[in-house]
Amino acid sequence: MEMIPRFFKRFGTLLRRNRFNSELDEEMAFHREQKEKELREFGVAPEAAHRAAVREFGNTTRLKEQSYEVVGFRFETVWQDLHFAIRQLRRSPGFTLTAIVMLALGIGASVAIFAFVDTALIKPLPYKDPTTLADVAESGKAFRRSNLSYQDFADWKKMNKVFSALEAYTGTGSLIDTPSGVEPVPGARVTAGFFRVLGVTPALGRDFYDGEDKPGAADTVMITYQSWQSRFGGRPDVVGQTVKLDGTPNTIIAVLPATFQFAPRGNAEFWKTMHELNNCEKRRSCHNLFAVGRLKDGVTVAMARTEMLSIAKLLENQYPDSNRGQGATVQPLYEQIVGNIRPILLVLLGGAALLLAIACVNVSSLLLVRSESRRREIAVRGALGASPSRLTRQFITEALVLVLSGGLLGLSFAYCGMHVLLKLISKDAMAYVPYLAGVNLNARVLTFTGGICMLAAVLFAMTPVLRLSLTALRDGLNDGGRGAAGVLWRRIGANLVVVELAIAVVLLVGAGLLGKSFYKMLHVDFGFQPDHLATAQVVLPETSYAKGPQAVAVTRRILGDVAALPGVKSASFANQLPVSGNGNTDWIRIVGKPYNGEHNEVNGREVSADYFKTLQAKLIAGRFFAEDEDASKPLVIVINKVFAKQYFPGEDPVGRKIGDTSLTPTSLREIVGVVDDVKEGGLDEAVWPAEYRPLNQNNDSYLGLVVRTTQDEKLVLPALGTAIHKIDPGIGVVGEATMIGRINESQTAYLHRSAAWLVGGFAVLALLLGVVGLYGVVAYSVSQRTREIGVRMALGAQQSSVYRMILKEAGWLTGIGIGAGLICAVAVAALMRGLLFGIRSWDVPTLGLVAVVLGAASLLASYFPARRAASVNPVEALRAE
Amino acid sequence: MIYGYNMVKKSDLMPGTLDMMILKTLTRGPLHGYGIASSIKRASDEVLTVEEGSLYPALQRLLLQNWVKAEWKATETNRRARFYTLTVAGRKQLGVERSQFELMITAIGRVMQDA
Repeated sequence: MEMIPRFFKRFGTLLRRNRFNSELDEEMAFHREQKEKELREFGVAPEAAHRAAVREFGNTTRLKEQSYEVVGFRFETVWQDLHFAIRQLRRSPGFTLTAIVMLALGIGASVAIFAFVDTALIKPLPYKDPTTLADVAESGKAFRRSNLSYQDFADWKKMNKVFSALEAYTGTGSLIDTPSGVEPVPGARVTAGFFRVLGVTPALGRDFYDGEDKPGAADTVMITYQSWQSRFGGRPDVVGQTVKLDGTPNTIIAVLPATFQFAPRGNAEFWKTMHELNNCEKRRSCHNLFAVGRLKDGVTVAMARTEMLSIAKLLENQYPDSNRGQGATVQPLYEQIVGNIRPILLVLLGGAALLLAIACVNVSSLLLVRSESRRREIAVRGALGASPSRLTRQFITEALVLVLSGGLLGLSFAYCGMHVLLKLISKDAMAYVPYLAGVNLNARVLTFTGGICMLAAVLFAMTPVLRLSLTALRDGLNDGGRGAAGVLWRRIGANLVVVELAIAVVLLVGAGLLGKSFYKMLHVDFGFQPDHLATAQVVLPETSYAKGPQAVAVTRRILGDVAALPGVKSASFANQLPVSGNGNTDWIRIVGKPYNGEHNEVNGREVSADYFKTLQAKLIAGRFFAEDEDASKPLVIVINKVFAKQYFPGEDPVGRKIGDTSLTPTSLREIVGVVDDVKEGGLDEAVWPAEYRPLNQNNDSYLGLVVRTTQDEKLVLPALGTAIHKIDPGIGVVGEATMIGRINESQTAYLHRSAAWLVGGFAVLALLLGVVGLYGVVAYSVSQRTREIGVRMALGAQQSSVYRMILKEAGWLTGIGIGAGLICAVAVAALMRGLLFGIRSWDVPTLGLVAVVLGAASLLASYFPARRAASVNPVEALRAE
Repeated sequence: MIYGYNMVKKSDLMPGTLDMMILKTLTRGPLHGYGIASSIKRASDEVLTVEEGSLYPALQRLLLQNWVKAEWKATETNRRARFYTLTVAGRKQLGVERSQFELMITAIGRVMQDA
C-alpha cells in the first residue's frame, strides 16, 4: 500500500539529487565538527583531533552512497555503468562495429523471416472463428485432395450432421468490356451461403440471400474492393449498377471488404452464385468444386472426416458408375491455405536462427577475447573497491548496450528486408498468398525481437562473467597469469569456433541442396524445347463462337495470322499449356481389355494439329493429327509414353481404341500416335498418363496459344494481342509470357527459388562470419603465444615449423567443425527432404564441395595469423615481456 | 582506536535494533544525527557506539518510512543542523519493535538459562 508514495519519494530524491547530497554533506560536516570539539574538550591537540575525527568518520563518499542507496534508485550507478560501457565500446570501434553489425544481421534476418511466419502461420485467417472452418473435398486414386462434383456436394450438404454449413466454390473467368478492349477477368462461382460460412460481410450492399444460387435466380455479382477501386473508380453508387460479364448483364449487389482474401481463388474479382449449373455440374462424374464447411460445436476435423468418408461410401454404393473409389478429405482450412508455404517458411526461419546463432557465438567469442585483454583493468577496479556485483553489472551493461544497438539496427534491417522480400513477390504469385501482404512489425514480431535480444544479452553477459568467476580476480594483477588464461581461452574459444564452423556447414549444405534442387527442377526433362516459345491465354466469347464450326474457323484464322507474324515459325493451341499442373482428367476404358469399373484417370488435353510440332515434342510411334481432322472425321487421339507403358505394356498402342467408362459408342476414339512425355504438371510432379485430342473435334473457349519463334520470343509477345484483335476485338488475350518465363514464375519454381536464394544468402553470411570467427580465434591465440613462439625460434625452430604449429591448430578446429557440421547437415537435410527435388539429403558432391569451400576459406583465415607468427622476431618477443 | 571504549560494532548488534534505538532516543525530543549518536552512547554507558556508516543510512530509511521527520534548525551554538522528530507512525512503530524485541530477548534468555 505504501509502495506508491514511497516510489514518488524515491523519485523525488532522484530529481533533487544535488540537494540531497549537499544536505547530507552539511549534516556530516556538522557531525565531524561536533566530534572534533568533543575530542578537543577531552584534551586532544586540535590537529590530532581533526585527523582522528575524519578518520573515525570514515569514507564520506562511501557513506553518502550508502545513504543514497537507501533512498534512491540505482539509476545513478546504472547511468555510470552505461557511460563507462559506451566509453569502453567507443575505445575499440572495430570490435564494437563488428559486433553490432553481426548481431544486426542475425537479428534482422530472424525478425524479417519471423514476420512472414507470423503473418502466414500464426496470425489467424481473417474469417470468423477460423479454426472451426474446414476444407472439404473428394479424394481419388491419383489425388489426395480432388475436386468435388456438384451432385456429390449437394448430397454431402444434405446428409452430413457435422457441419453447421457447407458451401462450395469454383473458379471462373469472364470477358468484360474495358476502355482498352475486352479483357478476361478471373472470377469465382459460389453457393449462396459462402460468405456467411466465412463470416465475411460486404462493405457495401447485401450478401447473397438463401436460394440465390438456385436456377432462375437473377444474375447478381459481388465485386472485390480492389476491383471496385480500379474498375469502378470507387464510386459509392456502384451497388445496383450492372456490369456485362461475357455479354450478359449482371447486377452488382455488393462490394466485398478491403481486407477480404480467399487464397484458393486469390485473383477472383467477380463473385457470382452457381445459379446456372454448367455441363460439368450437371454430371455426377464431373468434378470442379471445392467446399468450405463450418464445424458444429464440439466436432473435430477427424470426426468430420469419418462422417464424410461414410457418406462417400454410401454414395459409392448408390452410384457405383461415377463414384467408385471416390473418398472424401476434410482438413482445417488454414492447412489448405498455408500448408504448402509452411515447410519453406520453417526452413527459412531455421536458416535465419542458425545465422543468428553464429552471430551470437561470434560476438561472444569476441567478448571473451576482450575480457582476456581487460583482465588487468578488471583486477585494478576490483582492488580499488568495486564489488564483484558491480563488476558483473558492468559486463551486463556492456552486453545490453551491444544488444540494444544491434537489435535496433537489426529491426531496421528487418523492416527493409521485409519490404524488399514483399516487392520480390510478383503480383500473380501474390494473389495466391494474399495473407503475406499483411506482414509488418506488429506486437508479436516486436515481442519476438525482444525475446531474442534478451537471450543474446544473457549469453553475452554470461560469457565474461563466467570467465571471471573461473579465475580469481587478483590473478590479473600479476600479468604472469597469462599462461593459465591462454589455456582457458583456448578451451572455451576453440569450442565456440567449432560450433560456428559446424553451423556454417549446415547452412552451406542446406543452401547447396536447395540450390541444386532448384537447378534440377528447372532442367527437368520437359519433353519439349521450352526456349523460343511465346505463349498467351486466348478467350473466345461464347456468344460468337459457341458452335463447333465457328470456333474451328476462328482458331484456324488466329493460328494462320499469328504464324504469319515476322519471326514466328509456327503457332498452335492447347486448352491447357504445359507445366501448368496435372488435372483436368478423364476416366478411360480400353476396348478389348478386362474392366472392373476402376477409374483409369488420365490427363486430357485438346490441342491443335501443329501443337507437338510447335513444342518440338518427339513422335515415338504412329502420327500426329492432321489439320482437317474435325468433327466430320472419326475421333482420334495421341497418347504419351507413360500412357502407353501403363496401359499397353509390351504392346503397340497405335490403332487401339479407348472410350468412357461404359464405352459409349460416341466416346470411342482411336489411338493414332504416341508422343514423348510432355511435362503437363508442376515442375516437381511426376508425368501422368495423358491423352491428346484434336481441338477441331472438341472445341473449347479458353485456349493457350503456343508460338515457336525464330528470334527472341520476348519480341513477339506484344504482336500476339494485336494480331488476334485484328480478327475480332471481342476476343480476350491475356497473360502473354514466354514459356521460360512461365516455368520460372510457376509457383513451384517460385517457392523453391526464394528458398534457395534466401538460404543461400544466409549461408554466405554464415561462411563469412564463421571464417571471421576462426581468424579471430587463431589470431588471438597467436598473440597470446608470441613469447612461446619467440622462445621456440630462439631455440632454433624454423619458420616452417611455426607455420605448421599454427596451421595444425587451425586445421584441427576446422576439421572438427566441418566434421560435426556435416553430420548435423545430413540430419537437418533429412528434415527438409520435402523441399528437395531430384537429390538425396546426403548428396555427396554438395557435402564435399561445402567441406572444400569451408576448408579453403578456413586455411586462408588462419594463414595470415600464421604468417605473423612465423615472422615473429625472437628478440623482440622476449623483450616484450 | 584512540579511546578504550568497549565498543559493540554495528555488525554485532541484532538487526533492526539500531532503528528501534533511534526511534526510542527521539521520544525525548528532536535531535540531530550527532546528538542521536552521543545519546545512544551515553544511555548505553558507552558500550554501544553508533557508527556514522550505519546511522545516516538508517535515518534515511526511517525518513522514507515516514517514521521520522527532518527539518533544518539552529543549534544552541547557532550552527545549522538537521533535527529529526518522531512522527505518530514512528511512535506506533516503536511500540511494535519494542514488543518484538522483548519477545526475542525473553526467548533468548530462556535458551541461555536452560543451557
